Amino acid sequence: MLALEVENLTKKFGDFTAVDDISFKVEHGSIFAFLGPNGAGKSTTIKMLTTVLMPTSGKISLNGHDVMKDSNEVRKNFGIVFQDPSLDDDLTAYENMEIHAVLYHIPTNEMKKRIEQLLGFVELWDRKNDLVKTFSGGMKRRLEIARGLLHHPKVLFLDEPTVGLDPQTRNHIWKYIVQMNKDEGTTIFLTTHYMDEADKVANVIAVIDHGKIIAQGTSKELQEKTKTASLEEAFIELTGHEIRHEEAAPNQRMRMMRRMRR
Amino acid sequence: MNTLTILWIRQLKKYFRSKARIIGSIGQPLLFLVALGFGFGPIFAKAGGGNYIDFLVPGIIAMTILFTAIFSGIEIIWDRQFGFLKETLVAPVSRYEIMIGRTLGGATIAVLQGALIFIIALFLGFSPNLALLPFAILFAILIALFFTALGTAIASLLDDMQGFQLIMNFLVMPTFFLSGALFPLAGLPAAITFVAEIDPLSYGVDGLRGALGSVSQFGMTTDFAVLGVLTVAIMAIGSYLFSKIQV
Repeated sequence: MLALEVENLTKKFGDFTAVDDISFKVEHGSIFAFLGPNGAGKSTTIKMLTTVLMPTSGKISLNGHDVMKDSNEVRKNFGIVFQDPSLDDDLTAYENMEIHAVLYHIPTNEMKKRIEQLLGFVELWDRKNDLVKTFSGGMKRRLEIARGLLHHPKVLFLDEPTVGLDPQTRNHIWKYIVQMNKDEGTTIFLTTHYMDEADKVANVIAVIDHGKIIAQGTSKELQEKTKTASLEEAFIELTGHEIRHEEAAPNQRMRMMRRMRR
Repeated sequence: MNTLTILWIRQLKKYFRSKARIIGSIGQPLLFLVALGFGFGPIFAKAGGGNYIDFLVPGIIAMTILFTAIFSGIEIIWDRQFGFLKETLVAPVSRYEIMIGRTLGGATIAVLQGALIFIIALFLGFSPNLALLPFAILFAILIALFFTALGTAIASLLDDMQGFQLIMNFLVMPTFFLSGALFPLAGLPAAITFVAEIDPLSYGVDGLRGALGSVSQFGMTTDFAVLGVLTVAIMAIGSYLFSKIQV
């Protein structure tokens, strides 16, 4: 059984096609990197894979469950660290962890142990009773990651998890994730703009641009295909030198268009 | 602990931590109570209406619950903007549980806020009949549940706070002003009577008034039946709309 099987997935917002007929497979226990410039369709894809956005067409199956038809079952099988913040700022770090543990049915005694371990891991244990709104950007990011690792899902989505973190922390976190992948066979689906991270941890890399998957393979295969010497060069070769605008999420853009038409 | 409880506790914690919110939301009802209560009191008495404060307080309690409840429901928009909503939407729990947990939390806060106004009103000369207090609490809970669920239903359809003013001016304010919270519903022009009769808050105000010792216009049984049925219906609609949210 595959961890993820995506067939002809498409998402349109009005006449803008954010994700254009993509298909790919992710093997169980692998680390799959989904790379692309800003606005390529990465986050839109992840939203569809994680049941919070309905595709325009196509099929997704996660651990054998149909994502559209069986979304409740699918939600039991994955965990996610979102690209943008999803913490409750008016609660403490511990309370945010606690809510997550309850939502994911972690038994109480196990919960306390894991929260302590993970908050310790991201070095926030001594700040556990502070409100999240007093945290810096990096601390919030670390807390999000700790929360995402709290339950042990079969498939873990990491949408640019290490954005804004220093190299030491990034290193520290990837080590943990790779270990988790080895020990528990957790399938990891990640996106990142740090090519060195993808190069180091991923077994398979897919490059998406303008909503289409334009290349897929190991880092070495991508380098051979583009006749380049590093993943970063291969990535630029594949996606071009043009700088992309960091735009509002496509659905927000659509809202703006709707508003203008009014 | 289950999903429902933790989301309920979350709302309460946030409420008790925000002193500004508690104090801020007392301001408006207090102003209404003092200005209208003492301002119109003499005329009301002269017209044979009796003690206006006794008449007005249940209306102001209902108003407090209405405002607090609608806002609690609409908080989903904030949660959507600040991201926490996503955290709950990807969790392996049914969205109905999430919706109900949130609604209970919001409704509890609204009832507490109403209770606070009740206590303050006692110092302003409000003299209720406490024999039927349990029924008053029941009506307070129903009003709170109904409007929190209504807020949730509306918020599930909105992307951002742009429509907020619209809801305030065309839904919340008319709901309050035309509910009989401030004046008796007897002997009004037909059009106003009609609007008051389709206004769910009218039944809440009327029930609350009856339970606190004043005259009930529709009868408390009718009030309870109407409000009860509407609450169940809006909970169902709100749950459905909430379950369809995409981010």
